[in-house]
Amino acid sequence: MVATLERTLVVMPAFNEESSVRQVVLEVFEKLPGITCLVVDDGSIDDTAAEALAAGALVARLPFNLGVGGAMRVGFRYAMEQGFDNVVQVDADGQHDPAGVHALLERLESADLVVGARFAGKGDYVVRGPRRLAMVLLSQFLSHTAGTKLTDTTSGFRMSGPRAVRLFAEHYPAEYLGDTVESLVIAVRARCVIAQVPVAMRVRAGGRPSHHPLKAAGYLGRAILALLFALIRPPARLHGVEVSP
Amino acid sequence: MTAASYVLGVLTALVTLGVVIEMLRRRRLRERHAIWWLIAGTLALVVGVFPNVLGWAASLLGVTVPLNLVFFVSVAVLFLVCIQHSAELTNLEAKIRSLAETAALQAMRIDELEKRKESRGVADGSTAAR
Repeated sequence: MVATLERTLVVMPAFNEESSVRQVVLEVFEKLPGITCLVVDDGSIDDTAAEALAAGALVARLPFNLGVGGAMRVGFRYAMEQGFDNVVQVDADGQHDPAGVHALLERLESADLVVGARFAGKGDYVVRGPRRLAMVLLSQFLSHTAGTKLTDTTSGFRMSGPRAVRLFAEHYPAEYLGDTVESLVIAVRARCVIAQVPVAMRVRAGGRPSHHPLKAAGYLGRAILALLFALIRPPARLHGVEVSP
Repeated sequence: MTAASYVLGVLTALVTLGVVIEMLRRRRLRERHAIWWLIAGTLALVVGVFPNVLGWAASLLGVTVPLNLVFFVSVAVLFLVCIQHSAELTNLEAKIRSLAETAALQAMRIDELEKRKESRGVADGSTAAR
């Protein structure tokens, strides 16, 4: 299987991102020639959809906010319907550098799901405190589960190959944190091969991650809960897909 | 127990059962949601008509104060109803989410088809004019 940009769909969940979405879509087309870009307008109340259309992206409009997981499910389903091989998630706030997609695509040759990791020695993305602790704990545990070193399990910058797309179109979790943490567990348990490549992340165009201790503790708790439930759920089956040797 | 409290107990149970059955009859309530209310109403009616049943059941289960058995069963029934509602809610949310996704994808397809039809319509118009 040769993974190419033409067979790849960029899915960009966007919730009230009118200030940045046009720029990000234009950058995607500039750095990834031949790629298709689907912006999923997750119930925005601003001009996100119009801005994305103006930049030349396809736009799917959700009637109300479903969260990143729900928006990604739309992307996976669209990829299935239109016959795309790969799906890569790029955030509409400009945090993910589209140039990193090349590295993800290259790694996808020998994996089903490639995560672009922030802490793998590239870029200057720093998180501290309990939130950092939560991320480290999650990473260690999921690395063990996946049988490969994963340092950034909550990264949204990730690319799915054909097997993972088929799996996620049906089983992508829509809960908070489910889209990142639980989807990894689902992929592992469906015997998808997971890999990671280091990518540089940029500072978000608008807003910034919360560092309030209480919120961070809540994040830690929810992450652990999401992980526990993901592990005790019956594993999702991958229908009609050849099992890789 | 006075005659008045006896009548009150029986009447309350009957009214409860009557309301549930009437709602079922008018299809305002589905059977799967009514089952716990029917069970609770029937239990209340039995205990209302034969108060001795309560004392007998309490001693059978080792409950010293029979009234506590009433509270225990009531809480248990409410708990089961709540759990059932939460499960239904989860189910409904999943369905709504799925519908929203489908709606978004179909709206995209409709836009695409309309655009295609429009451009073809323009082409047809030009050939007809010739």
